[in-house]
Amino acid sequence: MTKALIIDDEPLARMVVKEYIQQFDQIEVLQECNDGFEGLKAIQLHQPDLIFLDVQMPKINGFEMLELVDKQPAVIFTTAFDEYAIKAFETHAVDYLLKPFSKERFNKAIEKYLAQTQSATATSAPKETEKLLEYAAQSPAQHERIVVKTGTKVKIIPVADVQYLQADDDYVSVFTQDGSYLKNKTMSFFEQTLDARQFVRVHRSYMVAVQEITRIDPYEKDSHLAILKSGAKIPVSKTGYVKLKQVLGI
Amino acid sequence: MWTALQTYILHSFDFDWFIAITDAVVSSILLAAACWLINNNLRYYQPGKGSYTNLFIWCVALAAICMAGSRWILPFINPEQVYANFMTKSLVIRFFTNFLAIGWMAMISMIWYSQLDQKENEKRKSEAERLARDAELYNLRQQLQPHFLFNSLNSINALIGFKPDEARKMIHQLSDFLRGTLKKDDQQQITLTEELEHLNLYLEIEKVRFGHRLKTEVSCDDNCGAAILPALMLQPLVENAIKFGLYDTTEDVVVSIRGEMEGNYLVLMVQNPYDPQTSRPRQGTGFGLSGVQRRLYLLFARNDLMETHQNDNIFTTIIKIPQL
Repeated sequence: MTKALIIDDEPLARMVVKEYIQQFDQIEVLQECNDGFEGLKAIQLHQPDLIFLDVQMPKINGFEMLELVDKQPAVIFTTAFDEYAIKAFETHAVDYLLKPFSKERFNKAIEKYLAQTQSATATSAPKETEKLLEYAAQSPAQHERIVVKTGTKVKIIPVADVQYLQADDDYVSVFTQDGSYLKNKTMSFFEQTLDARQFVRVHRSYMVAVQEITRIDPYEKDSHLAILKSGAKIPVSKTGYVKLKQVLGI
Repeated sequence: MWTALQTYILHSFDFDWFIAITDAVVSSILLAAACWLINNNLRYYQPGKGSYTNLFIWCVALAAICMAGSRWILPFINPEQVYANFMTKSLVIRFFTNFLAIGWMAMISMIWYSQLDQKENEKRKSEAERLARDAELYNLRQQLQPHFLFNSLNSINALIGFKPDEARKMIHQLSDFLRGTLKKDDQQQITLTEELEHLNLYLEIEKVRFGHRLKTEVSCDDNCGAAILPALMLQPLVENAIKFGLYDTTEDVVVSIRGEMEGNYLVLMVQNPYDPQTSRPRQGTGFGLSGVQRRLYLLFARNDLMETHQNDNIFTTIIKIPQL
């Protein structure tokens, strides 16, 4: 039995999926969710095999929700019109349905999913999703905020509030005025998605918001320390110093 | 080639080779300099229709200068009496050949450069046309609001199955709304009542999609129904408020629209809830509102007709339409 969830903020849109899915006895819809927060909770609770996920939803979009999921289920995206998302799907060959979609098209997506679960390619699906998320994170909408999980809660950090980022094993700590938050992404992910004029990778393990810097002091040979408004001292490597000087125009 | 020809002609007049060659070389160099001068002039300055006389005078002057140059330089190199006589006699011929050569050069370069100019112009023109076309296409696409349209069709698709009557009703609402949008061009002036009718179709459709979360309140003073405003001015404000409200919060959303007269102005106020914690980047004019502000500026040449406020989780947009 395949466990499935439907996550979409429009009740009528969920209804279409539910109606179409009835004919597949081997798939059971455990819950319908109104937004990404509900979706996230339901995913942790049910550990579904398959989710139907709308892209544009309140507060956090479908991509941002998936970023917070630890164990990626198979995903069939549904969206009406979002040029950026569609480009992301096309580049990463994840199945998606464009609303309004026909029953035939829906059946095809399900059959593709069922075929995948039986073959060896099933293991590669989460990897594809991972790549898709990285691509999607470059969309303009996601440039302005970072979505993190604190315990069971979801926190949305406006990028303007970020002071600096610190690599922490497989995670990155995002430092703001109110404290720091862990995000299970790599430094290079943030290097790709954050605006290069606002954030500079000054060190292998540090990225800093340029506007937060008040002073740059020399420190040991070849390296420097950036002093932030908050008082934090951030190590700056030799190459980091060159990059920083470039962005600051000195 | 010119030099060789001249040398040959001079030689046939019984001058020795040295004289013939020096004469030919000097006059050719002078002629070449004159041609270069006129060619360069024409490259940077295309004569208008009236200044062809100017060009003619230039050619005459240059031919004369070339001739005078030959007249003064050559006797220094070949001080023979016979040659000097010949020089004086041949001045007229020299002048005319020079004039013909320079005139010819002027004509060629004029045609050449005007053609270049024309090509450049055509390129610029097609570029401008392409830009205009792109802008128009973008406008059209905005007007059609693909996201709204496809989601509405999806809702209809859902309704057909179990509430066919409602599906049918929604199709009619959607058609009326689209027809209204296509009919109106943004130069048109309409009454507030008309704009509200159109807006109502939109709100009805949005409520089918988001009925569980979305509520709207429209209140307008009696005296402003007949007030005039540019078509589709209120619409984007409400669209913005709905989008902002629905996608920035997860709770129920009340979007309120209020109209009143204030002196000679129609004042329209649109309010929606938002989350100040996460919406900071949008501070200022908010997203999607800059188009309205731009239009107000283009129509009334004023920048003070739109303002936004935010307090207590409520985002307020106010526009004032001067009544003529």
